[in-house]
Amino acid sequence: MFWNLPFIAVVALSLIGLATVVTKKNLIKIFLGINIFEAAVNLFLISLGYRDGGIAPIFTSAPSTEMVMATPQALTLTSIVIGVATSALLLSFAVIIWKKYGTIDTDQIRRLRE
Amino acid sequence: MNGFLVTHAPALLIMLPLIGAFAAPFIGKVSPKVRSAWVILIMTLTTLTALLLASDVFMYGTRIYVFGAAAPDLAVPLDSGGIPIRIIFTVDAMSALMQVIGAVCGFAVLLYSLSADRIHSGLESFYTLFLLMIAGIMGMVSTGDLFNFFVFLEILSIASAGLIAYRIDGGLAVEAALKYFVLSTIGAMVILIAIGIYYGEYNALNIALIASRMQFTLLDQIALVLIITALAMKCGSVPMHFWTPDAYSMAPSSVTAMLVVASQASLYGLFRVVFTLYNVTLNAMTVGWIIIILGVLSMVVGVTMAIPQKNVKRLMAYHAISQTGYMLLGVGVGLAVLGNQPLMDSFGYIAMEGGIFHIINHAMYKGLLFLTAGAIFFRIGTYNLNKMGGLGHSMKYTMIFFIIGALAIAGIPPFNGFASKLMIYESVFAFNPVLAIIAMVVSILTLASFVKVFHSIFMGPKLPGYETVQEAPVPMLIGMGVLATIVIAFGLFPQAVVDGLIAPAAHALADQSGYIAAVLGGA
Amino acid sequence: MRMSKLVRTGADLLYPFALIFGLYIVMHGHLTPGGGFQGGAVVATGAAIVIVAWAYEDVAGMIRKVTMKAQESAGLLLFIGSAALALGLGYAFFANVLANSGSLFGLSVPFGPNPGELNTAGLIPIMNFAVGIEVWGGLTIILLYLLSGLKKEEGT
Repeated sequence: MFWNLPFIAVVALSLIGLATVVTKKNLIKIFLGINIFEAAVNLFLISLGYRDGGIAPIFTSAPSTEMVMATPQALTLTSIVIGVATSALLLSFAVIIWKKYGTIDTDQIRRLRE
Repeated sequence: MNGFLVTHAPALLIMLPLIGAFAAPFIGKVSPKVRSAWVILIMTLTTLTALLLASDVFMYGTRIYVFGAAAPDLAVPLDSGGIPIRIIFTVDAMSALMQVIGAVCGFAVLLYSLSADRIHSGLESFYTLFLLMIAGIMGMVSTGDLFNFFVFLEILSIASAGLIAYRIDGGLAVEAALKYFVLSTIGAMVILIAIGIYYGEYNALNIALIASRMQFTLLDQIALVLIITALAMKCGSVPMHFWTPDAYSMAPSSVTAMLVVASQASLYGLFRVVFTLYNVTLNAMTVGWIIIILGVLSMVVGVTMAIPQKNVKRLMAYHAISQTGYMLLGVGVGLAVLGNQPLMDSFGYIAMEGGIFHIINHAMYKGLLFLTAGAIFFRIGTYNLNKMGGLGHSMKYTMIFFIIGALAIAGIPPFNGFASKLMIYESVFAFNPVLAIIAMVVSILTLASFVKVFHSIFMGPKLPGYETVQEAPVPMLIGMGVLATIVIAFGLFPQAVVDGLIAPAAHALADQSGYIAAVLGGA
Repeated sequence: MRMSKLVRTGADLLYPFALIFGLYIVMHGHLTPGGGFQGGAVVATGAAIVIVAWAYEDVAGMIRKVTMKAQESAGLLLFIGSAALALGLGYAFFANVLANSGSLFGLSVPFGPNPGELNTAGLIPIMNFAVGIEVWGGLTIILLYLLSGLKKEEGT
């Protein structure tokens, strides 16, 4: 049970994130929902890399015990970097929408349908 | 020299567009002409590399490229215990085919774009993003590593979102880009969860290694559902299609043509996961039927939504959804009989070949149609069908290209759409006659819809206000001409194309053990 | 919209330290936690502090968009170029040709407990540096664009 705690947190966080994306009307809140979902995925990746008793895979001064594989950390880092780019692009879209439409309410950002 | 190029071609296909993209802002400082020459040079080199690599792969079989290794083909380092630890590009016949599609379409679209997008400002970023899109497509279709697939998918999404929003257009384009990007970000995260599941189970990210260890447990089924959902959304299949018409209609036409190729790359990812990662371990009948149903829904919904559209690009976008359905149908039928060798030989391979042939055909004629729509917009400044008319008098070449594209999409001989659709009809009829009948009806509706569009754009007397309309500029015509030539050539010699390109690709896709052996050694 | 003098002076004082700390993280990326992206983000945070404390027009002369754009592209070119270096020498793309070569960053890693030798790891510090200046430029330009967009709206 205890070792499953991170995964329960992952499920909870991703549900919170997706619920935010689906239910909220404010663009910024939707972006925050996406960020929470990204955080859930990052938590999932990083908890996959956990090994009980493993040490950091640093070449020097390493005692001869089990080392963890650095791949999940690398994946998480890449995913965080991509997340930054994603957030920046989404926020700049929000800025332009605010300039052009004067609102960031998704109910009013519906000019394409007309 | 030739050997060097072929050996390093998979890396060059990524490297060239990236160098081109990052150097474009500096080179653009000199003058816009020099920048145009630079991006054309980069794109030509990329296309030549793709063709060279494809010819090698079709002759001698799968090529792998290991990043950062002492030798490019050293997939399994000697001291790693038989596990490939580096990022690997695995270029089999299917990947090579997709690379050629991406490169040739990219080249034609770039020629078109140099003339069509000249009126916009901020072009250095435009071509940076354009070349990043090419790099993303090339990476997606050649990577042999799941996480790398995710990275290139995100490069592609970010570049596409930037390009969709490029013509801000009073915020409308940004709205479309926002819709596309929110969906594709969530989709990419869902794919990342699935990749995490594979990593947790098999301690590997390499597609070949995971495929060789695949158990098809409950977790694998969850991961499969997640990946199919996300990639079906990315390729614009019904019921996750609602971003497609918005994004396709608001992007500049050159970008729309590239978005079609990008959606085919997502489709490739879907097929790669189903066929190479799972192959016979999954319940082929069930998953095959899921893909078939997605395909049939896309065909029917796409074409019915297309008919009442007023905006010519929205109409074409709905047709793109409908055509994606054909590919899903063809390959889905192939998947449904996977593992059953007699059925596979009698119609399974033909169905897959039809589906894959339709991918390449669709990229060509749909790209062509979007480019003609862009050319019309370039001259008259509207996409609204009700405001068009009589353009056949002044834009003769554009009209001819439109006819070629429209007849190809409707599946009329002697154009390439006919060849691939015929293969799909034949094989699907052997599998389930009802599906074949639906496919034919959809094709007829497509024809009806395009006859109407053709009539309202080109026929009739010259409308007032359009007397001074001229033919589209020559570079745009050349870009369209490249695609039109391929459409006709593939339509005239379908058998040669199928035997030479499509059949190896279909067999490579279905042949999981060959893919694994190419990476892990002949185990 | 300028903040108070106290905040502005504080931001000015913090900026060089943020720069130095960020560059330190970049240059020690192969030895300590951190690296190009993290260090670049720290530097961009320094720029963010200055931009927030002063008004956009005040910093536009100090932190130029053109420089930042050039820095971003240059970083990316350096990254791809150092990856392509291996191709010219007959190795695979991204191969670490400088590691253990004895030249720049080419010492081999010492065994046993040690504080870390800066002159090791071959191409990795160079790539960290490339990513560092790229992220510095990229994130700063994102901040500049976002803030310049908002300012115009308040004026109207």
